[in-house]
Amino acid sequence: MKSFDYARADSPEAAVAAGGRFIAGGTNLLDLMKLQIETPEKLVDISRLDLADIEERADGGLTIGALVPNSDLAADRRVIKGYPVLSRALLAGASGQLRNKASTGGNLLQRTRCYYFYDTAMPCNKRDPGSGCSAIGGFNRILAVLGTSDQCIATHPSDMAVAMRALDATIVTLKPDGDRRRIAIGDFYRLPGDTPQIETVLEGGELITHVELPPPPAGTQLYRKVRDRASYAFALVSVAAIISVEDDRIASAALAFGGLGPMPWRNPAVEAALVGNAPSTAVFEAAADALLAGAKGSGSNDFKIPLTRRVLIACLRDLTGGTA
Amino acid sequence: MHFTINGAPREAEPDIRASLLDLLREHLGLTGTKKGCDHGQCGACTVLVNGRRINSCLTLAVMHQDDDILTIEGLGSADTLHPLQAAFVKHDGFQCGYCTPGQICSAVGMLDEVAKGWPSHVSGSLDAIDLNDAEISERMSGNLCRCSAYPNIVDAISEVAGLAPSGADA
Repeated sequence: MKSFDYARADSPEAAVAAGGRFIAGGTNLLDLMKLQIETPEKLVDISRLDLADIEERADGGLTIGALVPNSDLAADRRVIKGYPVLSRALLAGASGQLRNKASTGGNLLQRTRCYYFYDTAMPCNKRDPGSGCSAIGGFNRILAVLGTSDQCIATHPSDMAVAMRALDATIVTLKPDGDRRRIAIGDFYRLPGDTPQIETVLEGGELITHVELPPPPAGTQLYRKVRDRASYAFALVSVAAIISVEDDRIASAALAFGGLGPMPWRNPAVEAALVGNAPSTAVFEAAADALLAGAKGSGSNDFKIPLTRRVLIACLRDLTGGTA
Repeated sequence: MHFTINGAPREAEPDIRASLLDLLREHLGLTGTKKGCDHGQCGACTVLVNGRRINSCLTLAVMHQDDDILTIEGLGSADTLHPLQAAFVKHDGFQCGYCTPGQICSAVGMLDEVAKGWPSHVSGSLDAIDLNDAEISERMSGNLCRCSAYPNIVDAISEVAGLAPSGADA
């Protein structure tokens, strides 16, 4: 690990003024620093900031402090009651030890688990821009089939962020100049294009302080994760789904996907294929067609495309009462 | 730097880069906590910080100067075994023993999480936990055992949790 300067911040304002890399749980950043994939010159410890509460807002939504550990968020009674898809997504991720450390803000900013991003002997455009992509044409079983570019096929590894995308979360930030921003999660992540090293719209020194959830949505919520082992593994495919059925027709649908793209993936065409229709296999197939229309495998991840179709249809069948 | 380890104040001057794990092992001589993968994948380094189980390899020592750190040495001794230590002996919950301190610290933290009503990935309901072997296995998935003593580890934890025996002892 390269050495660094260390400072503990005592307020969010002091943290953004300190001009360094923020560290909270550290479970991802320190791992990458050990491998010298991340080499910050200064770490600003934000772990003691007063950002670890979950508060109810007047509109019925929740404001989650950026330092709320994944464990606490998953077990919060208000989350379990109003946003079970979020509890389920969190509990499907990592291990008990990691969830105790990992923060809400840090989880959103996790780096990819692409093998070649981690292997510093190999070219990787995300780690070393312009060096090439070893995953295209390499081992890519776990990598993306949607939203990729000819520069990068990395996936975003978070489960939590997939549920938050289905829930229309808003990310609240503080910038070094004192301005605050509220960023819809759908606008937060960037596609790789020809700059895969830039993963979000955050500016230099901008700190995530909170995540806001709108009031609990109508309908039934589900998180389903398919992975290579039964616990403690990243998703091959995951689905966060919130569906309501009224008068035998799908009245509302929110669907987000993990393991498929460089960001927690959501496509309005999937929801448009469902809403207003009576649940049926044909309707579910149409939703899968809409999701996978632009899907592109890279060889050993080709299986994700038919797998996703089957998992999505199974989720929709379960959420609409098994009527189709 | 000032630390509180197993209830006692300790002083050390590790490099700023030192993990909590390296502080314990290399600077304070507390070698009960083991280094397996050093990347948070195996759980051998599990300790309790302010009562919560974490991977000590994935956190900086400098970040824990105000915390209560509990290691396997603080849980029990050869003469006064912690109930989980005694249960691991009784049920033969190990072979080589390298993962055992992490398994036991993790189990202490895990049973506290159950007592607090935290659900898990395999909980049928998020509101009420029915602790059973499947729950214990899921909740302990961050601790690997290359000797694969898992059935006996589950039996040991199950006994301390007050569950009925699930099968014959080893």
